[in-house]
Formats: sequence, structure tokens, C-alpha cells
Amino acid sequence: MGAEFVQLSLTPILIGILAAIACAIPGNFLLLRKQALIGDAISHVVLPGIVAAFLVTGTISTWPMMLGAAGAAVVAVVMIEAIRRLGRIETGAAMGVTFTTLFAAGVLLLEQTDTSSVHLDVEHALYGNLESLIWLSATGWTSLWDPAALADLPPELTRMAVTTLVIALLTVVFWRALKISTFDEGYANSIGIPVKTIGFALVIVSAVAAVAAFDAVGSIIVIAMFICPPATARLMTNRLEHQILWSIFFGAGSAVAGYVLAGYGPLWLGSSNAVSAAGMIATVSGLVLGVACLYAPARSRVTAAGH
Amino acid sequence: MLSTFLDALTLQAGYNAALVAVGATLLGVAGGCAGCFLFLRKRTLVSDAVAHATLPGVCIAFILMVFLGGDGRNLVGLLIGSAATAGLGLLTVDWITRKTRLSEDAAIGAVLSVFFGLGVVLLTVIQTLSHGKQAGLEGFLLGSTAGMLFQDAVIIAVGGAVSTAIILVLRRPMTLVAFDPEYAGATGVPVRFIDIAMMSVVMMVTVVGLKLVGLILIVSSLIIPSVSARFWTDRSDRLLVIAAATGGLAGYLGTAVSATAPNLPTGPIIVLVNFAFFSISMLLSPKRGVLAAFLRHRKFQVDVHLHQGLTSLARGEAIREPLTRKMMRSAGYIREDLVATGKGRAAAAKTVLDEARWAKARQIIQDEAIFASYDGLTPIEAVLTRDQIRDIDAALGAPAPLVSPAGG
Amino acid sequence: MTTNTLPALELAASDGHTGDMNRDTGLAASALAVRGLTVSYGTKPAVFSIDATVPKASMTAIVGPNGAGKSTFLKAVLGIIPRLSGAAYVDGKPLETMRRAIAYVPQRASVDWDFPTRVRDVVTMGQFRSLGLLGFIRPAHRKKTLECLERVGMADFADRQIGQLSGGQQQRVFLARALAQDAGLYLLDEPFAGVDAATEKAIIDVLKGLKAEGKTVVCVHHDLATVSDYFDHVLMLNIRKIAEGPVTTTFTGPMLQETYGGRLATTHIDQLKLD
Repeated sequence: MGAEFVQLSLTPILIGILAAIACAIPGNFLLLRKQALIGDAISHVVLPGIVAAFLVTGTISTWPMMLGAAGAAVVAVVMIEAIRRLGRIETGAAMGVTFTTLFAAGVLLLEQTDTSSVHLDVEHALYGNLESLIWLSATGWTSLWDPAALADLPPELTRMAVTTLVIALLTVVFWRALKISTFDEGYANSIGIPVKTIGFALVIVSAVAAVAAFDAVGSIIVIAMFICPPATARLMTNRLEHQILWSIFFGAGSAVAGYVLAGYGPLWLGSSNAVSAAGMIATVSGLVLGVACLYAPARSRVTAAGH
Repeated sequence: MLSTFLDALTLQAGYNAALVAVGATLLGVAGGCAGCFLFLRKRTLVSDAVAHATLPGVCIAFILMVFLGGDGRNLVGLLIGSAATAGLGLLTVDWITRKTRLSEDAAIGAVLSVFFGLGVVLLTVIQTLSHGKQAGLEGFLLGSTAGMLFQDAVIIAVGGAVSTAIILVLRRPMTLVAFDPEYAGATGVPVRFIDIAMMSVVMMVTVVGLKLVGLILIVSSLIIPSVSARFWTDRSDRLLVIAAATGGLAGYLGTAVSATAPNLPTGPIIVLVNFAFFSISMLLSPKRGVLAAFLRHRKFQVDVHLHQGLTSLARGEAIREPLTRKMMRSAGYIREDLVATGKGRAAAAKTVLDEARWAKARQIIQDEAIFASYDGLTPIEAVLTRDQIRDIDAALGAPAPLVSPAGG
Repeated sequence: MTTNTLPALELAASDGHTGDMNRDTGLAASALAVRGLTVSYGTKPAVFSIDATVPKASMTAIVGPNGAGKSTFLKAVLGIIPRLSGAAYVDGKPLETMRRAIAYVPQRASVDWDFPTRVRDVVTMGQFRSLGLLGFIRPAHRKKTLECLERVGMADFADRQIGQLSGGQQQRVFLARALAQDAGLYLLDEPFAGVDAATEKAIIDVLKGLKAEGKTVVCVHHDLATVSDYFDHVLMLNIRKIAEGPVTTTFTGPMLQETYGGRLATTHIDQLKLD
């Protein structure tokens, strides 16, 4: 657990934790607003976004792709709203129409484009490649104080850290308005809180979290972290403040446990190859939710007392 | 290009291709119907959880078959495996929703991401087992008809036919249950059984469609046709027929289009054809279409604002809203400086007369049907007969002063 | 009831003058004035072309049959749902600039009571305007919260999870939240719907107290039997405005007949003990 851990495992674990937290925080509000599946829809449309960005710029570079993915997320959200409002179709069906269509368009574009020379494929977008985000120039824990080695940290780590920090800050700053408009939209509206803007901003922040995370860890973790940690947290407490903290704990915990299980689990079972860390993190978060469904203190709806 | 398309359309592009086309069409029909029931019960995205939950089943079946010394790629085995975990996923969604405070959308999201995550873990296990050799299971993510065996094509065709047959046989009770489960139960329809049959068809469409469309996109065959159909009718029996037709047509056209070139994967093409039908429906349907609704709404808005403006004119009050002013000007009712024109005064007089007649009519004609359909703008002549209006005018006693209940 | 000449005929007889274009008496003198309000779903109007004037320091009931657009009217006045036309004024100024002076109590069923929060947190939401986005909750705010809960008889429940409350208790919490706003105009959507008798009494006492302080109360109300006891003003709606004015002169048999159409039997009206 020394140099090798710092070099090969520390950065993937940190990135996993940050990605989990970045998705889990907005996930709490999506869950309470009965919009949990927006996270699902957004992560599906990341693919057409990056393919479109590749077609426009012709290169695989981070920023155009992030912008492309974010753009696709906005297109998806607008499309869902348009189908829901103009076509008077319920949200679930509108989401289904939107994300399958955009995903299909992405796959088709990908097939039509020669991307054989570059690392751009559906599997990558789905599973990410957490294991490869290693810190090559690290030689041990002392590298944490070595500016030269620090400069060589995977850029995903910095990006994810900044994103998570921004999301956490936004949540703190807009906490009160977010809470009121999530609980009682009509009332929030009547006291002058711009509920539509807040709702849209929440979706955009979720999209930013999804886009920043998918690049490092793939779509499945993104969907799982939007839903599983907040859902587990909801079953633990009846106070929103505590729920957020629990969800951060469960998200980060699943990331660590999932990564360790994926990397070392097969070794314990006598196999030499690791399994997908992204898949394992999602699985662990699901298992935790399963246990919470059975035993968590606030798992069932309370019944009215008295009167 | 065109000739290959026509060949494919007329099922001349080879035996396998013809079978796949037939299978895709039947799947489209079955998916459209099953999707209608999900749509009517507002549970469309349950199918998304079912679809994603097939992945671990496919992988487990593969691993089992390899361990038993068989060919891991046997489609029947893989489909049975996928059905098993899909069913488990469905039960889990149900269990979470019933047992905990979490809502169905959260349960769906949790099941789909966790089952899919587990599937991905198993995929990497399989890569280790086969020592780097591709097991070809990735084809189930996005579907692939390339290199499909005759046997596989038969399975798709048979699967499509069986699910369509189930729908045909059970369409009446299914419609009843989807429309009003309580009434259906009261008339003796076995609601629970029909629900299970419906979810079985959903699972069957999903499982058989895996090879063709892939598990990420198969939900589109269940969702989009019914949504498209919704724009054309308010009746559930017609909804079923239209969804089946558009779903089937999309499957058929989609396979034909994808046969014309190597880089056109079947699954995405079928989805996009479905979406094309949806777009046309949403934009152009005469009743619920966006274009028609926009034009109707626009006209209504103009009528309301003119009514508002004319009422203000008649009362000699200021027209405060800029939009009303604009519309009053362009209708020629007021001048730039807001003074009423002759035409405006006449129209204002007519508006007020209509108002007064309606108010009186409500008192002397006790017919709710007339007033339920009244939108506030229709001229009274369009709703009541001339002798009725004469009675009202007599009651009003115009031009003598009248008692106005609403005050001035 | 007022007697006047048919305006159209008066207008047709006049010689081209439209009168004073800015004449709208009552707008500045009223607590709430609504002019030309129309809301429609598609092309079916939910409320149509409504003018209403609520006098200051009054208690006004909005009555009408189911589907008459009472709640829609209130929400459109507040701008919660879009208006097709029309505007609302508070103390003569556009409502949008006067939000600080308005406290709204939505229908109890409009929120998910399973939301993870406590009674005191909900009431603190009423102090959003004075707290702002980031302001710390100071002892004064806590004191205010408890005072408002005390006024509705819910101080003992301050730390309860809101999902544990009965319907009447939920309604009291909503009222306490509105009280915490220190507004001049209270708009309540069916505050007595599905509550127990004790709660109904508690709520009406609080509302009457507000009126005594010179504040204005407007309620969407469904129980015709209590209109005369609780309110001094009434606005009768059925998509359009049927009548408005003091309860004693406006809330009459013929008006009810017109508002409710065939849906209200004459025997019912007789039972309302109208003067």
C-alpha cells in the first residue's frame, strides 16, 4: 500500500469519489422533484453530443467534447419540455422519445464517421475508463508535496474537483430558494422566487455534472450516482440537510468500495484480471440501496398521527 | 442504392434479410400495442428498466453455457437468460415502489443503472474467460443484424409473431384494464393476469428486439409508436391500431433502409423512422397537433384581447395592456392616440349587448349544456335561435334601463 | 345591486368621445383589483374576462361550483399560471411589484407532504424575504416562527416531520407560514377543505384577527353554508364573474341560482338562511 497505490489507485479513487458527489448532490433535488430520470436521459444524450463535437472540430479534445455534450443535454431538456408542453404528453413518455432518438442519432453519426483512428466508441461513453486515470509520475505519498509530480496529475482529476466544488458552492448559495421551490413551487412563485429559472438551472447543473463525470467514469456511474445515493439517503432521514450529507457519504463510499472490489475482488477469487470499476461502483451503490430498502430507519412513508 | 432499398422492401434481399424484415415488422406491431398499454397507465419508462436489466442475464447465460461446455452464443439461451433478469428487474421496481417511500421513477432509475452496471462487470468477466476473444455480446447493446444466422432470424420472426398473437387475443381485456382497471375488475376481467400478460409481452418485445435494436434503444419501439398515435385519436381502440401500424411500418422501413448501405445499423434507423412518424404527428395532426393548436390559440388570444379592449371602450375605461392596445389598433377599433373609431364604437356596442344578452340568458334559460360549451366569445346568434334572442331582448327591455347584477 | 343604463346604448348615443381613458375608480382604493383576467387551457377558457375589486380590510370569499375556475383565478392573479390577458393590482400598483405585501396559502394537496423537512422549517420559509438567500436564521427569526405556530395552535409540533401531521394540522402549518410573511393581503386557496372542526375554528379565528388588524383576506371557499358567517364580501364565479359585492346584498338566491345553474336545488338555497 505505498508507492504503487499512490501511482495506480489514488487518482482513480479520488476521481470516482468526486464524480459520485458531483452527481449525488443535484440528484437529491431531482429525486424530490420526481425528476430522477432526467439524469438517465442526460447521460444517454452525452454520446450524440460528443460525436457531434468531433464532427465539427475533427479532433478528440476535451473542451469541445464537453461543450458538445453539454449542448446535447440542453437540446434534450428543451425537447422533453417541448413534447411535454406542446404535445401534452406525460414526462416519462416525452423523455423516452427524446433520449432514444438522440442516442440513435449519435450511434448513426458514429457509424457514418471514420473514428477508427481515435478512441471514440459507444462502450467508452458507457463504461468510461476509470482504471486508466493513473498518476504516472507519482513515486509514493511524498509525491503529494512534489510540484513536478503534481503537475502531472490526470487532468480529469482537476476538472472533476473544480466541477464538484462549483456544484457544492451553488447548492449552498441557492439552498434556501432550491428547498422552497422543490417543496412548494406555487408558494415559491408567489413570494417572487424565479422557480422556472431554478428548475432549469438545476437541470443544467446536473448536465454539467454528468458531462464532467462521463468523460472520466462513463455514463452508468453517472445514472447510478444521480439516483442510488440520494434514494438511499432519503430512506435514512427525514431532513433534507441530513439527506444531502448522507447521499455524499453513500456516493463516496460506493465509489471507494466499488473501485477496491473491482480491482482486488477478482484477485481474492483467484483470477488475475480486474473487472470494470464503473460497473462495480454502480453495483455497490445498488446493493447499498437494497439494504436501505430493507432496514433503513425512514424507509416507509409515515402515517398521519392524531386527529 | 434505390434498387437495394426496393429489393429489401419487397423482401427480395435474401432469405435472412426477409425473415429479419418480417420479424422487425411484427416486433414493431407488438411493441406498438404493448407500449400503448404502458402509455395509458403512465408507466412507459418501466420498459427502460426492463431493457437495461436484460444485460446481466445475457452475460450469466453466456457464462453458464460456456461452463456447461456449449456454445456461449446460442441465441435461445441468451434470450432466456435476459428474460430472467429482466423479470427480476421488473419485480424489483415493483418491490421498491410498494415497500418504501421511493417513487416509481426513482425505482426505475436505480434498477436500470444497477442492473446495467452489474452487466458491465460481467462483460469484463467474460472477456477474461474468453482470454481476449470477443464473445460478441457487445452486439446486444446496440443490436446488430450483421452475420446473423438463419436460426437467429427465425427466432426474431417467431418471437414477433407470438407477441403479436398474444396482443390480438387479449386486446379487449387489455384495453379495458389499461383504460380503467377498477371497472375492468368489477366486470370480471382478471386484472392481475392481464397485467402479467401485458408485462410479458413487454419483456418479449424487449428480449427478441435485443439482437435487432439493442437493449439501449429497444424501449423506443415500446414508447414512440403509442406517443405518435396519441396525436391522432382520443379513443383507446384506435390508439392501439394506429400504434401497431406505425410501429410495424417503422420496423419494416427501418430494416429496408438499413439494408441499403453497410454503415446503417438497423436499430438506430428503426428508432429514427419512428421519430419521423412522431414528428409528423406532433406537428401536423389536425386535433392535437402543435401547428393546429398554435393557430387556434393565437386566434383565441386575439379574440380575448379584442373582447377585453371593446369592453373597456364601452365602459370608457383605459386600455392598460400594451398587447390589447396593439391588437385593437390593428383591428381598426382605435386610433394611434387610443381614441375609438366608428367601427370600434359599433363593435363595442355589440360586445356589450352580447354580454347583457348572455347575462339575461343565464337567468331565463335553464339549460346547462348551452352554457357549458360557451367560451365567452361566440356571438349569441351562434348558440341561440332568433326567437330565443327575441325573448331575451324582451326581458332586457332594451333600450330602457336595466338592472345589472354585476354592478357597473 | 346597482342600477344603470345599458352602457352600449349610452355609448352609441354619445358623439365620439370615449370618455376619460384613465377612469378606473376603485383601483387605488382597493386591496386587490383584477382587470380583464382570462386564463385558458387551449381554447377553453378556465376563467374569462374577470374584473374584481377587493376592498381593504375585508374578508372576501370566492365561491362557485366545481370547475368554475376559483383556484385558477387565484393562481393567475398571483402569476403562478400564465394569464392570457389581464392584470392584477395591489393597493393600486401592479402586483408583480408588490409581492412583499402578499401571503399566499396554496391548497394543502398541492405539495408532497413526504418532503423531508420539519414543521418549523416550513414556517421559516415564510421569512425568506427577510432572510434572503444566505442570511443566517437568528433568534429573532426563530422567535417569529414559534409565535406564528403559537397563533395557529401548533407550537408543540415545531419539530415534527411534516408527513406525520393530519390534514388539519398541515393546513395550520401553511397558515403559520403565511403569517410569518407579515403581509397585508392574504390569499388562501380552500383553507377549510377537508379539515376538522377544531382546525376550522382555529383558522377562522386567526383570519378574523387579521381583519381586525386592518389586513385583507381572500379565500377560495366551497362551503356555502358558512359564507354569511365568515365573510363580509363575496365574489361569485362560474368561468365568468357572476356577481361581487357585500355578502348581505350579493349572496342571494337568484345570484346563487345563476352561479350554480341547475346544480344547486332551490331547497339548498332555502337552507342557506339568506336574508
